[in-house]
Amino acid sequence: MSDEHDYKIEAKAYTTSSSGAAASSDERPDEQELYHSKSWWTTYVFSQDAKYIGVQYLCASTAIAVLALVLSVLMRVQLAYPDLNVLSPSAYYQAITMHGMIMVIFFLTALFLGGFGNLLIPLMCGARDMVFPFVNMLSFWIFLLSLLVLVASYFVPGGPTGAGWTLYPPQSITAGTPGNLWGLVLMLVSIVLFVVGFTMGGLNYVITVLQARTRGMTLMRLPLSVWGIFVATIIALLAFPALLVAGLMLLLDTVLGTSFYMPAIIAVSNFGKEVTTDGGSPILFQHLFWFFGHPEVYIVALPAFGIVSDLISVHARKNIFGYRMMVWAIVAIAALSFIVWAHHMFVAGMNPWFGFFFAITTLLIAIPTGIKMYNWVLTLWRGDIHFTVPMLFTLGFFITFLNGGLTGMFMGNVGTDIALSDTYFVVAHFHFTIGIAPVLVVFGALYHWFPLMTGRMLNEGLGKLHFWITFIGAYAIYFPMHYQGLQGVPRRYYEMYDSIYASSTGLNEFITIVTIVVAVSQLIFFYNVINSAIRGEKSKRNPWKANSLEWQTPTMPPKHGNWNKLPVVYRWPYDFSVPGADKDYIPQNVPPSQVRRAKVEKT
Amino acid sequence: MNAAFVVFLLFLLVVVGTLLFHILSPWWFTPLASNWSSIDNAILITFWVVGFVFLALGGFMVYCLWKYRHQRNRKAEYKPEDKKLELILTVVSAIAVVGLLAPGLSVWGDYIKVPKGAVKVEVLGYQWGWNYRLAGEDGVLGTTSIHNISDENPYGLDLNDPNGKDDLMVQDADLHLQIDIPVEFLLRAIDVLHNFYVPEFRAKMDMVPGLVTYYWIIPTKTGEYEILCAELCGTGHYAMFGTVIVEEESDYTNWLAQQITFESALAQNKIKNKTIQLAENTK
Repeated sequence: MSDEHDYKIEAKAYTTSSSGAAASSDERPDEQELYHSKSWWTTYVFSQDAKYIGVQYLCASTAIAVLALVLSVLMRVQLAYPDLNVLSPSAYYQAITMHGMIMVIFFLTALFLGGFGNLLIPLMCGARDMVFPFVNMLSFWIFLLSLLVLVASYFVPGGPTGAGWTLYPPQSITAGTPGNLWGLVLMLVSIVLFVVGFTMGGLNYVITVLQARTRGMTLMRLPLSVWGIFVATIIALLAFPALLVAGLMLLLDTVLGTSFYMPAIIAVSNFGKEVTTDGGSPILFQHLFWFFGHPEVYIVALPAFGIVSDLISVHARKNIFGYRMMVWAIVAIAALSFIVWAHHMFVAGMNPWFGFFFAITTLLIAIPTGIKMYNWVLTLWRGDIHFTVPMLFTLGFFITFLNGGLTGMFMGNVGTDIALSDTYFVVAHFHFTIGIAPVLVVFGALYHWFPLMTGRMLNEGLGKLHFWITFIGAYAIYFPMHYQGLQGVPRRYYEMYDSIYASSTGLNEFITIVTIVVAVSQLIFFYNVINSAIRGEKSKRNPWKANSLEWQTPTMPPKHGNWNKLPVVYRWPYDFSVPGADKDYIPQNVPPSQVRRAKVEKT
Repeated sequence: MNAAFVVFLLFLLVVVGTLLFHILSPWWFTPLASNWSSIDNAILITFWVVGFVFLALGGFMVYCLWKYRHQRNRKAEYKPEDKKLELILTVVSAIAVVGLLAPGLSVWGDYIKVPKGAVKVEVLGYQWGWNYRLAGEDGVLGTTSIHNISDENPYGLDLNDPNGKDDLMVQDADLHLQIDIPVEFLLRAIDVLHNFYVPEFRAKMDMVPGLVTYYWIIPTKTGEYEILCAELCGTGHYAMFGTVIVEEESDYTNWLAQQITFESALAQNKIKNKTIQLAENTK
C-alpha cells in the first residue's frame, strides 16, 4: 500500500548520501550530537553510553535479585521445616518484605526499563544514544545508591522493616513490627531515591522514542519490545509519583509523628512511646499505594509482553500476528491499569460500593490481555518454529502467563475474591503473573540479546538445561499453592502450628525441595553467562536472522555511536517469510528496490 | 526421538498435568459452614470458564509446536492481520468477561446487604487476639470510642449511653454462635489492621482502626471453626488464633447466661478497687 511512499524515502535517502560531499554533517537534521568518553573511567564506569548503562542496570538488579532469591529459599525452608528454626518470626517477616520489594521494584522494574530499555531503545530506534546521556548516567548511579541504602537496612538497629512490601500503616510504624524505625526509614529513603533515579532514566526513554527515531522509523514500525518499554515507562512516570507521595507522608508519620495515615490507636510506637496520633486514615495509604501498585504490575508486564512478541516472531520465522492490535492492546492495558487499583482492597474495609466498579474495570483488562495471548499463539500457527533457547523461554512464559492471567479472573472478581483474598491463592497468582512469567522473559531476552552485549553466544545446551529446570520447577512450586489457598491457608504466616489448615504439610515440603533445586540451578545460568562472555562462540553479525535494527549495526557488538551512518528504515520489523523474497527475513533497513519480487503486505 | 518431540511432549505434559492435578488434588475447599454457597458456586463457574480457556489455548499451543516445528523446506505463512478473526476473538472474550462478572457481582451485592434482624456481634481485634461484645437484652450495642478505652473499660464504651450498660463482654478468644441465625459482625481494631477470617464461612473483611467494618453470615453447621487473622499485623500475626463455636439454641443460651454485662463488670471493678483501697488504707 505505501510502497510508493517508501521508494520516495529511499530516493531521498540516496540523494542525501550522494550529495553528502556537498552538505556538511551538521546540516543533516537527523544527526545526533554525541558525547565521547576520554578515559577508561568515563567509558566503563561513569559511562554515558546507553548500552553500557543498560548492562550496568542488568548486573546491579540481578545482584540484588540474588539476595531476594536467597531470602525466598530461607522462607521456604522455614515453612516446610519449622523445627530447624532457620528464621525467627521477625526475620521471616523481614524476609518477605525485602523479597517482595526487591523483586518488584529493584529487580524487575529496574531490569526491564533500566536494563533492556537502555540496551534496546537507541539501537532499535536507530539512534546513536539516548537523548540525555549525562542524566542517563546519573539515573544508574542514583539507582545504585538506592540499592545501597536498601541493603544498609540489614545493618541498623532493628534490622530492615518487616511490614510486608505493602508497608501498610499503622502496622509499619508501631512497635509490634520489626524494623519499625530505622528499617522503615531506610526503606522509604531507598524508594524515594529509586523514584528520583528512575524519573531521570524514564524521561530519557520516552523522549528518545519520541524524538530520536531514525528516518523512516514511524511509530507503527517500532518493534513491540520498544512499544512495551515505552508505554511501561509512561505509566511508570505517572504512577511512581503516587508512591513517592505515599512514601514521603509515611516517612513524616514515622519520624515526626504526624497523622496522615494514623488514626487514634492504642499501641506503642517508635522510641517506645504511646501513639498519640488522631484522625489519619490507614485506607488512604492503601489507595495511594495501589494507585502506584497496580500500574506497577504492568510496568513489569508490558516490557515482557513486548519482548515476547519479538522473540516469538523471530524464532517462529513469522510476522507477529495482528501488530496493530498488539500495539493498541498495550495502550489499552496501560490506560485501564490506572482505574483498577482498588481490586487489591476489596476486603480492606473501603466503601463496599467501590467493589462493583473496580471488579468491572479489572475484568475488562482481560479483553486486551486476551487479544495478546491469542495473537502470540496465532503467530506460532503456520509458523516455522525453531526450538532455540529464547523460543523455549517464550513458550514457558506463554503457559505460565496463561495460567496466571486466568487465575486473575478469581482475584479481580469481587465475589470470588472474598474467599481467596489473603490466602496462598494470591501468592500463587501473582508469582505466576509478575514473578515467574517476566523472569522467564528476562532469561529468554538475555539468551537472545547476549551477543549485543558481548559479541558472543550463550551455550545452547546449558541454556536448555537451565530452561527445563527453571520452567518445570517454577510451575511445580506455584501451581499447587493455588490449592492451599482454596483450602484457606493464609499468606504471610510464619508457621501454621497444628491448625487444620496445615494439612498440606507434605505439599509444603515438596514445594520447598523444588525451590531449592530451582534456586541452585540458577548457578548453571551464571556459569553460562560468565563462561560464554569469556570464551563463548563468537557471534555472527545477525545470529538469529532478525529484522530489527539492533542486529544491523556494522560491528558486533555495536560500537559507541552504534552506526557509521544512521540507517534508513523502509519496513516494519516483522517481514519474515515474505512470499517472493529470497531469504526468509527482510531487515528493516533493506530498501524495496533490493527485494523487488517480495510481495509485502504491511509496511 | 528428536529434540522437537521432547519439547512437544514436555509441554503437553505440563498442560495435561495441570488438568490432572486439578481433578485429583486432595487439597480443596474446607466443608462449607455458612450460607455463602454462592461464593463457592461463583468460584466453580470461574473454574469451568478459565479451565476451558486454559485447555483451548494451551492445547492449541502444544498442537502448533508439533505441527509447525521447523523442518526442511517449511516456510511460515505470511499474514500480518486477520481483522475478522481478531474481531470474533474480542467479542468472545467480552462475552466470557460478562459471564464471569454476573455471578461475582451478584454475590458481592448480597455480601454487603445485611438482612434485617441479624444479630449484631462486635469483634475487636488487637495485637494479637480477639474479643467480642454482644448486645444485651435491649438488642442494641452501646456506642464506643477508642479514647474511652481503659483497663476497666476495655471496649471503650460510652458511660453515658444507656444502651451499653447491658452489653455482654466476651473477653475470650472463643465466640459462640447460634446455628441458622443471621449474624452481622461489626469489626473494630484498636491498634493496627487485622482481618476476621473463618475459612469455613468463606467470608472475611479487614478491621481498620478508626472505622467499623462489617460482613454477615448465617452459620449452617454446628462445630468448632478456627479464626485466622488474614491481614499482616506484626510479628504475632501467625499466632492470632481464635475459635468460633456454632451450636444449637440450648447450648448457646447456656453460654450466653455465663457472660457478664458491662454494668456488672464495672460494679465488680468498683468493689475490687474499693477492697484494694481499704487494704492500702489499713496498711
